[in-house]
Amino acid sequence: MSTAIKETQKMIEEVLEGYPEKTRKARARHLAANDPSGECSTCRVKSNVKSRPGVMTVRGCAYAGSKGVVWGPVKDQITVSHGPVGCGQYSWWARRNYYNGRTGIDTFGTMHITTDFQERDIVYGGDKALEAALNELRELMPLARGIGILSECPVGLIGDDIEAVAKKVSAEFGYPIVPVRCEGFRGVSQSLGHHIANDTIRDHVLGRGSMEKSTPYDVALIGDYNIGGDAWASRKMLEEMGLRVIAQWTGDASVNELGIAQKSKLNLIHCYRSMNYICRHMEEKYGIPWVEFNFFGPTKIYQSLRKIASYFDDTIKENAEKMIEKYKPLMDAVIEKYRPRLQDKKVMLYVGGLRPRHTIGAYEDLGMEVVASGYEFGHDDDYRRTYPEMKEGAVIMDDATLYELEEFTRRLRPDMVGSGIKEKYSYHKMGVPFRQMHSWDYSGPYHGFDGFPVFARDMDMTVNSPTWNLIRRKR
Amino acid sequence: MKIKDHNELFLEQEYIEQFKRKKEFENPWPEEKVQEVAEWTKTWEYREKNFARRHIKINPAKACQPLGSVFCSSGFEGTMPFVQGAQGCVAYFRSHLSRHFKEPMAAISTSMTEDAAVFGGLNNMLEGLRNAYSLYNPKMISVCTTCMAEVIGDDLNAYIKQAKDKGLIPEDLPVPFAHTPSFVGSHITGYDNMMKGILSAVTAGKKGGPNGKINIIPGFDTYTGNYRELKRLLKIMDVDFTLLSDVSDVFDSPNTGEYKLYPGGTPLNDAADSVNAAATIALQKYSTVKTMSYIRSEWGPEALVLSPIGVRNTDMFFDEISRITGKPVPQEIEDERGRAVDAMIDSHPYVHGKRFALVGDPDLLLGLMSFIMEMGGVPVHIVCTNGDKKFQKEAEALLSESPFGQEGTVYPGRDMWHLRSLLFTEPVDLLIGNSYAKFLWRDTGTPLVRIGFPLFDRHHLHRYPIIGYQGVINMVNWIVNTVLDEMDRKSMNTTSFDVIR
Repeated sequence: MSTAIKETQKMIEEVLEGYPEKTRKARARHLAANDPSGECSTCRVKSNVKSRPGVMTVRGCAYAGSKGVVWGPVKDQITVSHGPVGCGQYSWWARRNYYNGRTGIDTFGTMHITTDFQERDIVYGGDKALEAALNELRELMPLARGIGILSECPVGLIGDDIEAVAKKVSAEFGYPIVPVRCEGFRGVSQSLGHHIANDTIRDHVLGRGSMEKSTPYDVALIGDYNIGGDAWASRKMLEEMGLRVIAQWTGDASVNELGIAQKSKLNLIHCYRSMNYICRHMEEKYGIPWVEFNFFGPTKIYQSLRKIASYFDDTIKENAEKMIEKYKPLMDAVIEKYRPRLQDKKVMLYVGGLRPRHTIGAYEDLGMEVVASGYEFGHDDDYRRTYPEMKEGAVIMDDATLYELEEFTRRLRPDMVGSGIKEKYSYHKMGVPFRQMHSWDYSGPYHGFDGFPVFARDMDMTVNSPTWNLIRRKR
Repeated sequence: MKIKDHNELFLEQEYIEQFKRKKEFENPWPEEKVQEVAEWTKTWEYREKNFARRHIKINPAKACQPLGSVFCSSGFEGTMPFVQGAQGCVAYFRSHLSRHFKEPMAAISTSMTEDAAVFGGLNNMLEGLRNAYSLYNPKMISVCTTCMAEVIGDDLNAYIKQAKDKGLIPEDLPVPFAHTPSFVGSHITGYDNMMKGILSAVTAGKKGGPNGKINIIPGFDTYTGNYRELKRLLKIMDVDFTLLSDVSDVFDSPNTGEYKLYPGGTPLNDAADSVNAAATIALQKYSTVKTMSYIRSEWGPEALVLSPIGVRNTDMFFDEISRITGKPVPQEIEDERGRAVDAMIDSHPYVHGKRFALVGDPDLLLGLMSFIMEMGGVPVHIVCTNGDKKFQKEAEALLSESPFGQEGTVYPGRDMWHLRSLLFTEPVDLLIGNSYAKFLWRDTGTPLVRIGFPLFDRHHLHRYPIIGYQGVINMVNWIVNTVLDEMDRKSMNTTSFDVIR
């Protein structure tokens, strides 16, 4: 075992000392020193298990995974938060899944629509009111292409049968009414919500869309939620390669696109965590291969373009090379401008989905080093994909708590931290440059050739803002 | 190097063409159809259909009980808000409050999952209390519930007792609690329940001789500027007071390079002693109903509600404080009043007769209505998603007292999609609401003044008080300059593009 690993392990042990014994043992399994080679058996973290009560986990719930992540961005479906008012209120237009359309008329993405459960719904059940609610929505929003019923906690606890309501109403309305059993107490994090959402896409929408003609270049862009326009920046590149993106899941997605992805020749998956399930399904049922790719930062983009092209003919392969040749000078110029300002800066990441590993290359392109990274709701397959991306002795965290994040920050002294809104302002108080890496801090896109310059600009303004220097008064 | 982010990038021709190509797969409605429906939603016919709905809320302006509870708890010294239930809720409360205040917000969840749904949440509570206490060293842990814990019927009182009996937390650690089901009331109800829970816990056995102070309960007030303003004013008046749930330093803490988990709040000793105050004044009524009823019945001395929003309301506030404390209203405050009235008089031509739509919490709406009518403005649509019949009656009475209130209609239980219909069918000059009201601004073109909660898309507004005479000046400033900005926008190509106004 190397010194770097040993030193990190020692630091982790010190941090763990703050916990009561039982919790210390539980948390010890979720923190590790990285071993890119995979030889060190104690260097792997346990993941996707319940958070300990009382530790201040950063995690959310299944509803957040289903409504907030997967179903919410589908633009021409009405997404109903079924239950009390809060869940829909707090997740209202919080993820910036951009879309084109007339909101309230033919698209509904930035709306908060809820059955607003009252005590009587808990006592007598909410199914009747739900059916009435769906009828009211049909009257008021006649151009909807579907309705999703996203269950909140009470619905599952009182034994409502939303599936029966959905089935009955769907037959009347002639469009999909999708019951999504994503009550917040199910599973251990957002992750089960992704899975449930994938399953409901499979059961209620996939294969039911229409597309007139097919081409050998048809692909589906999966697991890109178009945060700040990410999916559009990615789509632009795929189209420039000569591919035809027939479905975009689920950023700026239409119900029809969810219904035709099985016609693609290759599924391109960006956020593996949230949509691998449906890719596996399409592979099994329709024989569609899928490939993971990474459009953060030029190094990974070049690799990914070549990887994607390798599934197609020479025309596409040549196009990929032409694109790399065309954009490389631009990317080099971005690096030339920003790298000197960011060289050797240390980054700590604690995010979700694909970002804890996918953004590492982009930071490295700018000369920065990711010294710690972790997932809110990752699984073992995420971590296995992460270890080789990080240096030996880097900290790997699973389901980190506020306490751990603070302690690791004190010890690692990162030059910037990338995490979420709940973490952002405690880092501001600590005087540690911080960037929200869920919402891109209201910036973006970060994907693709159009996104990297924005990413570089944003990391520079984060690390090099003169405001940080004002905190401690010079005397 | 010109770097284009989303604000400019997607206006480029390449992207416009991409969006057109994408339509091939979207099965879109024909543009004429979309246009037709869009126009239809602006009609009286649509408004009637919209108002006929009973079972679905569309863009409601309310949150759920535990949000108000954790907010209330945060304003006490060394207090960790602790929520029994599923963990996503707490992630949401923390995010929501951080987005408004741009401040850290700590709160604990007991992370209940399926097994707790079957067996109850006792084990989660026990482990949660122990972990929270060891890791975060609170002086008080303030417990409320999510709807999950309420539906399965967790018994907070018994669970907390067990935690103490088992020695998981110290016997003398205050652990007040409140049941806060999200399917009853809204965030203001949760604030009320938690405040009552905390006060009844911390004052138990503390009844003694009068301490000569007055208690102030701000209610669900998300303006840190209000708290600071209140403290400033009462200091000028030389009044000894206790602010019950003082979130000002918690949600507006100085940047010192150090993150403090508990940066301020009402000292627990003061909170305990609040039972001995000469009077308790709540600045909001609908977020303190149960608390004030508890204080009236259990504490004895005077308990009244005074909302210092607008000139006359603020006058009454100071008159009452003066009456209770026997201290005169100092000239310094009278001067502030004079300046506020002067500002209103200077700006009145741009507000007089202007028709307003308002959306927000009941107490805020009452304050705003009163202030707007004082300036000669006309409240027309008053939408209050979390308002009840009592609120409606009170608001209607307020409207009936003023010649400027005659056009006003109060809509309790309605939401911002109802308001959209109102704005299309009966247009107004100005809209006051939270950040989500920007969708109404976009759809209907009604200029928006952001007052309320949450304010996500403009920075620092919550630092400026809306209470007291200084609050009047701030509101005059926001309202009149929104009117003038709009006037400029509309007149930029006409002769009316005036420089002096």
